[in-house]
Amino acid sequence: MHEWALAEAILTSALQIAEKEKLREVTEVTIRIGELQQVEPSILRFALRELKSEVFRNAKFHILRAKTTLKCHVCGTSWQFDLKKLDKATAEAIHFVPEVAHTFITCPKCGSPDFEIVKGRGVWLENIKGAK
Amino acid sequence: MIDPRTSIISKRLSRISRIIAVSSGKGGVGKSMVATTLALTLVRNGCDVGLFDLDFTSPSTHLILGTNLRRAKPKEEKGIIPPTMNGLHYMSLVYFVGEKPAPLRGAETSNALIELLTITQWGKLDFLIIDMPPGIGDAVLDMVRLIKNIEFLIVTSPSTLAFETVRKQANLLCELKMPIIGILENMKMDTGNYIQMETEKLGLRYLGEIPHDPQVEATIGDQPKLLATTLGKQMRHIAKKVSLTKKSEE
Repeated sequence: MHEWALAEAILTSALQIAEKEKLREVTEVTIRIGELQQVEPSILRFALRELKSEVFRNAKFHILRAKTTLKCHVCGTSWQFDLKKLDKATAEAIHFVPEVAHTFITCPKCGSPDFEIVKGRGVWLENIKGAK
Repeated sequence: MIDPRTSIISKRLSRISRIIAVSSGKGGVGKSMVATTLALTLVRNGCDVGLFDLDFTSPSTHLILGTNLRRAKPKEEKGIIPPTMNGLHYMSLVYFVGEKPAPLRGAETSNALIELLTITQWGKLDFLIIDMPPGIGDAVLDMVRLIKNIEFLIVTSPSTLAFETVRKQANLLCELKMPIIGILENMKMDTGNYIQMETEKLGLRYLGEIPHDPQVEATIGDQPKLLATTLGKQMRHIAKKVSLTKKSEE
């Protein structure tokens, strides 16, 4: 249910943009979720529906996924995050704070925990559309 | 692409009366001991208090508190609710990594910090005490950027080396117009007044001195024993001196 906190952040951020752009109604919100954080789209969508204010009454929420790419700072190897290789407790820890991946994941080539999360970390607000 | 998380942080902290970052330019001056003892002292004074360990790569407040990481887990409820131990609401990255190392670069430290500020539901508190990592790097800059009403309590040891880093930190915070509660001299072993004089030259308040107490080490993990040390006793005076009381008592 930690998706609720993220949904609240998405709606607050989208509302700030709508106000800045002087939109009287938001019609579409596009959200990108990185697989590293393992946000559950159905829970996020439910939370968005429950928490949304009047300005989002007719808004469609598009939730897109992004594969996670990691790149080793030491040897330069790039690789894809594989959730299946993690036990439940580790996956849950990364779900709450994706940066703890550095505690549990290492470069498949050189074994270093010093890598960059190039893409697919967590939740991003990609686009909003609305009517003025 | 916009990171939506920072937009919610002020709301998450909106029911906290005072947010105090216990900070220092230098490591090894006893920040974590001071932060933890201050938090426990305020709890003992009847305040609602949170303690947030922001020293992600070298956390130690859980050891000082004697936290049982197998039993204490944040509760998931529209975010995460920090476990409460002896009246203290406590949040740390150690809930997620245990005693394993968390080797984070600067940008990752910022990301983890923003994530925890986004999802942690502190609720209503009189005080949130933040145990900062040493220096004037990402954590300090993020606190200044993200928490508009943050105040800094700076800790130094009597060492000139420690104080020179503290001077830089104090100058930076003054330039950024951030409130500094004062400078606390920890682990004092002589009767000199160098730190007090230099603090006053900076136009800052000297909060007092805490004598070096070899017994403090033996209190790690034992909260009542910690509060009974010279550090614990002095902290009661310091909390009173800088009006760290419940808002209703001001």
